[in-house]
Amino acid sequence: MSDTAVSGTSVSDVGLLRSQLVMEQKRFWRNPTSAIFTFVFPIMFLVIFASLNSNDRIKDLGDIRFAQYYVPSIIAFGIFSACFVNLAIATPYRREMGLLKRVRSTPLPPRVFLGALVLSNVLIGALLAIIITVVGIAVYDVHFYGARLLAMILTFAVSAASCCALGLAVGTFVPNADAAPAVVNFIYFPIVFISGTFFPVNQTSVLAHIASVFPVRHVILAVFAGFDPLRSGASFEWGHLAVIAAWGVAGLVVAIRRFRWEPAQ
Amino acid sequence: MSAVEVVDLHKSYGSVDAVRGVSFEIAEGEVFALLGPNGAGKTTIVEILEGFRPRTAGGVRVLGADPETGGRALRERVGIVLQSCGIDPFFTVEELVRATAKAYPSPRPVAEVVELVGLTEKLHERVKTLSGGQQRRLDLALALVGDPELVFLDEPTTGFDPSARRASWDLIENLCRLGKTVLLTTHYMEEAQKLADRIVVIAQGRIVAEGTPDTIGGRDHAATVVRFALPAGYSVADLPAREARVDDGFVSISTPQPTKLLHELTAWALAHGGELAGLEVLRPSLEDVYLELTR
Repeated sequence: MSDTAVSGTSVSDVGLLRSQLVMEQKRFWRNPTSAIFTFVFPIMFLVIFASLNSNDRIKDLGDIRFAQYYVPSIIAFGIFSACFVNLAIATPYRREMGLLKRVRSTPLPPRVFLGALVLSNVLIGALLAIIITVVGIAVYDVHFYGARLLAMILTFAVSAASCCALGLAVGTFVPNADAAPAVVNFIYFPIVFISGTFFPVNQTSVLAHIASVFPVRHVILAVFAGFDPLRSGASFEWGHLAVIAAWGVAGLVVAIRRFRWEPAQ
Repeated sequence: MSAVEVVDLHKSYGSVDAVRGVSFEIAEGEVFALLGPNGAGKTTIVEILEGFRPRTAGGVRVLGADPETGGRALRERVGIVLQSCGIDPFFTVEELVRATAKAYPSPRPVAEVVELVGLTEKLHERVKTLSGGQQRRLDLALALVGDPELVFLDEPTTGFDPSARRASWDLIENLCRLGKTVLLTTHYMEEAQKLADRIVVIAQGRIVAEGTPDTIGGRDHAATVVRFALPAGYSVADLPAREARVDDGFVSISTPQPTKLLHELTAWALAHGGELAGLEVLRPSLEDVYLELTR
């Protein structure tokens, strides 16, 4: 008797990843709650705040127009909500429903399943970032710097990937599906507020120092660099990206060590 | 080669011994039923075989592989219906079966599997519109679409109404005709009686009986009971049988020789010009034997 089960050739990961990605996208768009929370919230915040403050200027950032700061900060908010919040709420829900255990009962490799899940949320975050940018340009007269596109894409990729890893990690601490929104919002909203998502936070303030420990402020500032009218050059923010990536790696380690496929006993 | 081999299997959760030295084999193409009360260790054994939990001690082989390390290659050859497991409500039957099929090297056609479980009419309906029984049949379709050699069915018909249960039995009998090996756990003795080639009864983590549905627990040798209404105007003492019990006007006589007893009783009845109203010959049911074994 040998330990290896003989079988035909397994299906390639690439084909499986594509079909899983399609399933994840269908799942997202067919669930009105997640689609509304993820998409409508950031756009609603953009419209409310940018309209309320349409004539204001921000002294701390060199007297720039409010929308020029607000659009990148809402892009950052969109990345958090599409990648971090979605995953931190969806994975405990799927675990408790037994959906993850069901996946584990098939030959679908975990890396393909999780890869498609992450990729799907990154795509949603990208779509959201594009919509917010277009609305900002079209409605609020935000200036877009085409020459910084490469830096913006890199910032987006690092931020989105790190947020996904952190979302998976936090999801492993959520005891059950009902507790997920409470746990996630308790961690997330205070940090989002002090990091300057809804109003700019002075770089030298105590709040800014506390917020600098967490990745959220670094994401906002790195995205803002792509929209900052007072700077020139490609706007690669290596310092911010390094902090974001470090959080992402830490999240990934925790997620891999703690990830469970089965509901709590 | 056996499809499943279990040798002296032990499983402890902390200080609780859930499985305490269980051994059995399942031959290829056999329908094997694991019976036992809640908490007897059935699901623990099945989940060890499915690769969901590690064992504490003992040997386990599933299709020649160790389920703890068999990984993807083993899962490609096994179909699993979990005891209770949600299904994504946002997909249609067809989308789920098709997506699941993609993970297997040589799946069965989606339409054929959906037809097999009787969900063809629901092919394009979302899961959330399916009844509980229909979702359970979808479970079965998802387990079968990879064309597995071995199918685990953990309480596949719990919560079904009687007609849905009969429909599922036909389905499981079809699996046997396809040459699949089936490991079934169930609470329903009728189900085990109808489907299983062989039964193992588990109680408190140990095997208490093993056999075919007709012989398990000495069922084939157990006494037969003859039962009828006591004819009016007679008492038990008038009957040509000793050890007769009367309960609510009905006489029950237990005998290892039912033919002889019946001959004597019917001769007596004819001689006394009467009929034995409500005459029945009762064999102990699988349920009687099971209840005796797991008491």
